[in-house]
Amino acid sequence: MAERTGVVVFPGTNCEHDVAQALALVGAEPVLLWHGEATVRGVDAVVLPGGFAHGDYLRPGAIARFSPVMEAVAAFAASGGPVVGICNGFQVLTEAGLLPGALQKNRALRFMCRPVDLVVASDRSPLTAGVPVGTRLRIPVNNFDGSYVCEDRVLDELRAEERVVLRYVENPNGSVDDIAGICNAQRNVVGLMPHPERASDELIGSADGLVLLRALLSARVA
Amino acid sequence: MRFDAHVEVRLRAGIADPESATIERALPALGFDDVSAMTTGRSFRFAIEAATEEAAAERAHELACRLLANPVMEDVSATVEPARA
Repeated sequence: MAERTGVVVFPGTNCEHDVAQALALVGAEPVLLWHGEATVRGVDAVVLPGGFAHGDYLRPGAIARFSPVMEAVAAFAASGGPVVGICNGFQVLTEAGLLPGALQKNRALRFMCRPVDLVVASDRSPLTAGVPVGTRLRIPVNNFDGSYVCEDRVLDELRAEERVVLRYVENPNGSVDDIAGICNAQRNVVGLMPHPERASDELIGSADGLVLLRALLSARVA
Repeated sequence: MRFDAHVEVRLRAGIADPESATIERALPALGFDDVSAMTTGRSFRFAIEAATEEAAAERAHELACRLLANPVMEDVSATVEPARA
């Protein structure tokens, strides 16, 4: 059964077709959602893909959070629907207040585009359900502002509630607590900097991203 | 009444600031051994219509907090003055 997964497109988003293709590979039916329309069209899950929404002007995600579609995404999230933000999508979710913290410039002040090793830190998220904690995944990052930062109080909460979903094996960018991905308190909204859709075939170096996208597909069926 | 607003956005204390650190590391080679505590930020200037200077300052601060800065990692300061003709 092909579950319908919305893929949000802002002006400047550039990973929507990669995400759509990877979703199709695991059996989902991707539905592109234009940022200017305040609806998620009754999809079963929403992905905010990577890119440079609104040119990343001001800060990544700072203007995208005010796009009409974000009200619909927030309502969908509030109703318990699974929402995943990848890279720029993660930045949009933090700016929108759907996830805590922020992404700041990488410690080395470099744009970083390379595969990194990740370890699953929680299996209680729509992206990691059924993936054992400790599982290693090799998935590329591709960003300038990828260093996760948050207040100490928030970090304490994330740790206590096991809301860090993915950690870097070797921290590439200065993220606090090696954080590569987190979820919200309700555990249905997830943000991660690495791009699962870019690890969707051994031919391009790794198919580990499909592990996460398959989990997303089955999370919706539950 | 029209006011000129100036908003400055800076990284909050305690947030890693690699850009400022890099600038500071370049200073000794230029002979600026006497400089420290470098910070960088962004500056925004705009005009704003309001009944009073207080109201203009409040609007400028609201805009700064809602859009220009991310309060998780940045501080803002907003000042206004009557527009120069």
